[in-house]
Amino acid sequence: MNAFKVPILKVGDVLIVSIQSDIDDRTVIEMQQRVLEQIERTGARSLLIDISLLEMVDSFTGRMLSDIAAMASIMDSETVVVGIQPAVAITLVELGLELKGVSTALDVDDGLRILKERMRERQRRHLYSAKENAAAG
Amino acid sequence: MQPPVERVLIETSEDLVALRRLVRERAAALGFGATDLVRLVTAASELARNIIVYAERGFADISPVRRQGRRGIRVRFEDEGQGIPDMELAMRDGYTSGRGLGKGLPGARRLVDEFEITSEVGRGTVVTITKWL
Repeated sequence: MNAFKVPILKVGDVLIVSIQSDIDDRTVIEMQQRVLEQIERTGARSLLIDISLLEMVDSFTGRMLSDIAAMASIMDSETVVVGIQPAVAITLVELGLELKGVSTALDVDDGLRILKERMRERQRRHLYSAKENAAAG
Repeated sequence: MQPPVERVLIETSEDLVALRRLVRERAAALGFGATDLVRLVTAASELARNIIVYAERGFADISPVRRQGRRGIRVRFEDEGQGIPDMELAMRDGYTSGRGLGKGLPGARRLVDEFEITSEVGRGTVVTITKWL
């Protein structure tokens, strides 16, 4: 049952995706699709991907993480990837992979804090532009 | 005594998972540290993925090696795919034939201690990597 290899939880406004172990490409692709479906269905504005149990990120998995963040962004959702092991970070850089466009945080708490700040910032911006519109109108 | 060689068929992405697990187990048993483990497993994953993408199927042979009292792990990747017409180009950072990311070969080379590649157009490719303890 591939569908349950990567659990996706919704906590408040945040979708939390936890990659539990080394997974095959098909499961990664399926996870990407399920995450986007969940964003649409739940209207979650934040996405947190926990890879602390992932013992390896190769160029394929790295690209999938970048892609998920980019797609979530198009769907108006912010992504933070948390828990990259030091050895994985070293290897990613040596491999020449920078996880472009992906925000990272040390752990889940840190990631949630960053996402909350971003949401607050976003609300401020909305409020500001609403006021501007009201003033202009 | 000839050291044991373990062969893994490389054909599907599940085979990649199996290969990564086996390489990790063997390297950990030899005493590799966390960072070198990840380097070796990642290099193996990249090279095995090349087989699936470019040659459809092939093999990875994992064996312990010993040289002048040093111990290590060697993984040999072999396929009978189309081969690499321009090796210099394939080894260039960022170059991609269009199907990959352009990280595979040069990236994998940076992660290991020894990297050898031979390829013949129409016959296939053999890549051998070694990581020393």
